[in-house]
Amino acid sequence: MSADPVTSGGDTGITRDEVAHLARLSRLAVTDAELDVLAGQLEVIIAAVSRVGEVAADDIPPTSHAVPLQNVFRPDELRPGLTQEQALACAPAAEDGRFRVPQILGEEA
Amino acid sequence: MSAPTLVDFDEVVERFEPVLGLEVHVELNTNTKMFCGCPTTFGAEPNTQVCPTCLGLPGALPVVNRAAVESAIRIGLALNCEIAPWGRFARKNYFYPDMPKNFQTSQYDEPIAVNGYLDVPLDDGTTVRVEIERAHMEEDTGKSLHVGGATGRIHGAEYSLLDYNRAGVPLIEVVTKMIPGTDARAPEVARAYVTALRDLLRALDVSDVRMDQGSMRCDVNLSLSPRGSGVLGTRTETKNVNSLRSVERAVRYEMTRQAGVLLAGEPIVQETRHFEEAGGTTRPGRRKETAEDYRYFPEPDLVPIAPPAEWVEELRGTLPERPWERRRRLQTEWSLTDEELRDLVNAGALDLIEATVAAGAPAGEARSWWVAYLAQQANARGVELAGLPITPEQVARVIELVASGSLNNKLARQAVDGVLAGEGSPDDVVAARGLAVVSDEGALVAAVDEALAAQPDVAEKIRGGKVQAAGAIVGAVMKATKGQADAKRVRELIIERVGA
Amino acid sequence: MSEDLTRLTAAELAEKIHTREVSAVEVAQAHLDRIAAVDEEVHAFLHVATDAALASAAMVDESLDAGTAPASPLAGVPLALKDVFTTLDMPTTAGSKILEGWRPPYDATVASRLRAAGITILGKTNMDEFAMGSSTEYSAYGTTRNPWDTTRVPGGSGGGSAASLAAFEAPLAIGTDTGGSIRQPAAFTGTVGVKPTYGGVSRYGLIACASSLDQGGPCARTVLDAALLHEVIGGHDPLDSTSIDEPIPAVVEATRLGATGDLSGLRIGVVREMGGEGYQPGVRASFDEALRQLEKLGAELVEVSCPHFEYGLAAYYLILPSEVSSNLARFDAMRYGLRVDTGSSAEEVMAATREAGFGPETKRRIILGTYALSSGYYDAYYGQAQKVRTLIARDFAAAFAQADVLVSPTTPTTAFPIGDKVDDPLAMYLNDLATIPTNLAGTAALSVPSGLADGLPVGLQVMAPALGEAVMYRVGAAYEAARNAEAGGPLINRVPSIPGGVE
Repeated sequence: MSADPVTSGGDTGITRDEVAHLARLSRLAVTDAELDVLAGQLEVIIAAVSRVGEVAADDIPPTSHAVPLQNVFRPDELRPGLTQEQALACAPAAEDGRFRVPQILGEEA
Repeated sequence: MSAPTLVDFDEVVERFEPVLGLEVHVELNTNTKMFCGCPTTFGAEPNTQVCPTCLGLPGALPVVNRAAVESAIRIGLALNCEIAPWGRFARKNYFYPDMPKNFQTSQYDEPIAVNGYLDVPLDDGTTVRVEIERAHMEEDTGKSLHVGGATGRIHGAEYSLLDYNRAGVPLIEVVTKMIPGTDARAPEVARAYVTALRDLLRALDVSDVRMDQGSMRCDVNLSLSPRGSGVLGTRTETKNVNSLRSVERAVRYEMTRQAGVLLAGEPIVQETRHFEEAGGTTRPGRRKETAEDYRYFPEPDLVPIAPPAEWVEELRGTLPERPWERRRRLQTEWSLTDEELRDLVNAGALDLIEATVAAGAPAGEARSWWVAYLAQQANARGVELAGLPITPEQVARVIELVASGSLNNKLARQAVDGVLAGEGSPDDVVAARGLAVVSDEGALVAAVDEALAAQPDVAEKIRGGKVQAAGAIVGAVMKATKGQADAKRVRELIIERVGA
Repeated sequence: MSEDLTRLTAAELAEKIHTREVSAVEVAQAHLDRIAAVDEEVHAFLHVATDAALASAAMVDESLDAGTAPASPLAGVPLALKDVFTTLDMPTTAGSKILEGWRPPYDATVASRLRAAGITILGKTNMDEFAMGSSTEYSAYGTTRNPWDTTRVPGGSGGGSAASLAAFEAPLAIGTDTGGSIRQPAAFTGTVGVKPTYGGVSRYGLIACASSLDQGGPCARTVLDAALLHEVIGGHDPLDSTSIDEPIPAVVEATRLGATGDLSGLRIGVVREMGGEGYQPGVRASFDEALRQLEKLGAELVEVSCPHFEYGLAAYYLILPSEVSSNLARFDAMRYGLRVDTGSSAEEVMAATREAGFGPETKRRIILGTYALSSGYYDAYYGQAQKVRTLIARDFAAAFAQADVLVSPTTPTTAFPIGDKVDDPLAMYLNDLATIPTNLAGTAALSVPSGLADGLPVGLQVMAPALGEAVMYRVGAAYEAARNAEAGGPLINRVPSIPGGVE
């Protein structure tokens, strides 16, 4: 192999603040110590994966699926599902046949 | 937060041009959900219409419901859209407890239908063309019940209870392009558009379109542009607009509120607002700390949809007549005034009358039965016209029996009463109740003579040329024959017998 | 018992069971005993389903005793199932603390096909958390040890399944391969592992790592056993939209044909870009030796070039984390699994639970994927990676125009010591260098033992086009037979005895 596949592809710094933001987006309450480690590791990894940018691929169509299938449908027919008991069996908390979850801070749906 | 300053509506229109945009979510009435075989019935016990897929259990996978795709294509065609020859579902990633996978599977960026329009009839008989940007398929979320706190609302609740029966129900989102130039009619246009869309979807039979049950939901986008400036204003998106009337009110309120903000020299905040049904106002939603980034990417668990042209054409062949075109046609055919037509539509009588006519009845008689006697019966029973236990074919048969002289109007009503009481078909009721016009001429003549003899003064008046006085004698004869006489024939006999 | 049932192949066991020479219960018990003896040292299993296994075996015995034909050619044979497939009667964790104790209310399609085939599921095997890793060191439940050298890793993510085979705890196992998670552990443990064509084995009930790359497949000690298992688990499943609606390739027949030892008329492509720099000398030597044997079997060796393979690793480590970041979002403490109750909002409970429930590699990949999909970076990273994916598929297509199958070493190195790479993600990722292109292209590949380097097993990778499994098995079987003949027996026979195990 001619090139080391993990050689940095160029200037791709990621800041600790960016990592903190990504962790928030991903709902991960990471600690400060973890942030330090992650920021360093991600910088190295991102530098390595940035190599995809070295390939001239402007006119190349992207591949999102590995199989050339299309139009896979299901008939509009009922299929047995779960009972309420089965659905709630592994719930951390349940009440009145529903999943009980902590106070939601978000928008009113 | 201080109460917003509202500007008089006429002044708003004088100084600003409103720009509307409407996003309507419609739940499809398929038997099963978008990606799994769970039922979609409204109102079931919580978490009884769920499976590993719609609960987002680890390992479970989606498979697209063919009927939902067909409905989406039919909606797209009915909205004069182009049907995309190829498209993928995407994942819209954000965390929310009512969404089991914490991503929504949506055709957001590769919609199945694009670039259409809807010609929306307005109250004054004109139409306005609303351009459609796209119609795309996605899935509904579960429902939350907020417990604790005074209002049952999310704010102040201690915890929430989740029911995922609705999660994964197929949704079609229909998004308009910006609608400029509506001026003072913006509220009306908004309502008329949603009404027309609802009627169209009902005619397509793809959704229950019940705004009260949430099977049709509307978000209203609105911005104001200083008149003549050509500068587009900042828009707000108002959610929770759950009736046609609310659509109109929400637009009107946002116009007067935004104008107040702008005239005070403040900027409009681009935000999501919530419509308050009680006061007809809108209030801001919770501000997000950071801008949402939904990180869309093609759904790897579903393969692309590439509807073959033959399929699309086959579906085009199933499109019904557009409701407002049909109304116009029926108005002409049945010679109705605008007001009469509106009354029929409001009474939900159009389909019933048309079916009655199709079963052989003259339009006038059919209309008269449904909007008069049958409407009274429906009203008395507290049901919709269509909910009465009588079919248009049965109504047509009653009309036929009257036309042939077998029944008079009074007997016909009795026949209808019998059908409504579950006594069988009109013919069954006629036979069982012995309903028949007395056609024995001799018996009728005898009854007339008897009535004339009983009221000699009236007989004298008739003889004297006061023909209208015959009514009293007709009444007496009808009474004597228990209503089973043909009133027209009785009147002829009276004139004959008095020798006038 | 004179004969150690755990040393037999699945095909041999099946024959003995079906001719009623031994009972399925005896076979299951022998393997359960072996697990009891050695698994404390190997730690291949997260859950051993003793009662369920014996009950299942007893049903097979009952049916065979009643004169009913075996439900499948493998009826009664025990198997170790990677703990990433949902099972009704066993907990399913995917190697993660966030799913500790989860009892799925449904069976994966692979699990129900195994049951329908009368295969005895012994239990669930260890793996890197959510199948992310190349050593099983990222399992939340401890590291699996390599039976060849218990100070070394068995590979990953399916280290538990591969180690259970090499430790003679099971003759068959199921793995999943997203970037090499079946083939790399097979190479590290001297066993056979097959990554079928994407869409060849149902993913329904397979807890997703990266949906567009994941593929379940058979693991065994011989190519024939893998083929027999392949035909049990493969085939169309209407519950998986990406499942291919075509007959399963006739891999058992192709394997039997291959075992006769003639590959004349076949062209075998040697990928110029694979097996050079970055590959351990012993691995290269083993590969060269394998090429010599393939030629001796009558195959024609042709050199092919796949110039974009060198970008595979970079594309893979963008596509995989992106899909992972979305797939793992559902683990949010609301409906199942761990909940760390902070007494505050749902949002905070989610973040605290995910922080506590996910291991470091999982968090790393979630954050990397979130980054790669972010609006400002999508085109440069995820979008570009998908284009590279197209180019890699085109490289394969061009190579398969010149050759029936391609070969390479399965891994750049042999099994490394436990702890060696656990804190160096990039060094760990390099393990998948040779296996990743197949996943990106959705094609098929297998790893078959090619001897030892410095006392540790090396794997030969045979790659085939989509749905080209038959020729791949044929080549694998022919090579296996030739190597065994030359070396005086299967490589697996040379695995050292495990401390604590009674040999």
